[in-house]
Amino acid sequence: MEQMQQVGPLASIMLIFISAAFTDNILLSRFLGMCSCLGVSKKVDTSVGLGLAVIFVTASTAALNHLVYVYLLVPLRLEYLRLITFIIVIAAFVQLVEMVVERISLKLYFALGIFLPLITVNCAILGVSLFMLNKPYGFFQTFAFGLGGGFGWFLAITMIGGIREKISESALPNGLAGPGITLIIIGIMSLAFVGFSGMIKV
Amino acid sequence: MAETAPKILTRGVWDDNPIFRQVLGICSALAVTNLLANTLFMCFGVVFVTSLSNLTISLLRNYIPPRIRLIVQVLIIASYVMMVDIIIKAFAPDIHRFIGPYVGLIITNCIIMGRAEAFASQNKPWASLLDGMACGLGYSFILISIACIREPLGFGTFLGYPLPAIDLWWHPWTIMVMPPGAFFMLAIVTWIARNVSSQTAERQ
Repeated sequence: MEQMQQVGPLASIMLIFISAAFTDNILLSRFLGMCSCLGVSKKVDTSVGLGLAVIFVTASTAALNHLVYVYLLVPLRLEYLRLITFIIVIAAFVQLVEMVVERISLKLYFALGIFLPLITVNCAILGVSLFMLNKPYGFFQTFAFGLGGGFGWFLAITMIGGIREKISESALPNGLAGPGITLIIIGIMSLAFVGFSGMIKV
Repeated sequence: MAETAPKILTRGVWDDNPIFRQVLGICSALAVTNLLANTLFMCFGVVFVTSLSNLTISLLRNYIPPRIRLIVQVLIIASYVMMVDIIIKAFAPDIHRFIGPYVGLIITNCIIMGRAEAFASQNKPWASLLDGMACGLGYSFILISIACIREPLGFGTFLGYPLPAIDLWWHPWTIMVMPPGAFFMLAIVTWIARNVSSQTAERQ
């Protein structure tokens, strides 16, 4: 935090974005969104589709949940209801986006549509909203945190999708095919991302 | 549909194990297994929520309109998760500081939604309670075995107590405490468990 006060507001937002995307990647160091990642990352194009949907929803719901928490739950002293409130906000938001996208662009709806229901149960979304509570962020900083978190997830799942496409034909030891080898790939990738840690202290 | 109680239990714990068979609920399996104490609290939470939410959903299964059943299920699960969150915060505030967000994430843990949707919405309350408990135990079994390896290797301790004469012969592997260690350990456990269970299936 001290470092953040020394830099200007815009720079602090950039720092939060970069640290959420790289040094504190939600998939590789916070383990969020693993289930849908293991399920969907078989191909690059589906990974990109889900990744984009996640960026959009994480950033918007983090900002929305921040407003709800600061202006509704804290003044009414209802902080213990945060879990239930956040999940309702997320479910309602996803439903709304689905309806709006269907109206505005059918092409986008078919590209993104199948991923939207998957997102309500993606723990990355709820996770970002819960982790932001531990940090003293304002509105724009929370938005940057959500955006960075979503971007980090998108980056990770796209790379995993690329590698899995390459190894889909390889012969693997019995029992390692599927989740086993994917977890090892993610582990190696996570080793690389651990190298980023300590670069920025936020 | 009518399964006997022992069959439901073995199916949840081994044959259809949520972690290495169905690959559900991985997020928390990776995050909380660096210390055995954290793992035990998390497992308590998951067993509590799966059993009771399965029971509640099964009791209400004929009253929930099918169109809105997902949101009703999420709300039921969220209420139980809130209880677990408050209980852990009251009894173990230190542990809650670390696993707090992951306790909240039990709501989106796919095991619970999956069991509610696949089993509890079609079966009698007693069988659903047992099914939820079996899946929770299957999850706990894998988590505890991972934690039992990660904690001694990473910190040189077991349940917080240092292993005897650890300094003399052992240098802790920091990698085991960090995220990559979690991924590798889970991969290895999945590999072993899948091999064992495919061999038993062949023998039958």
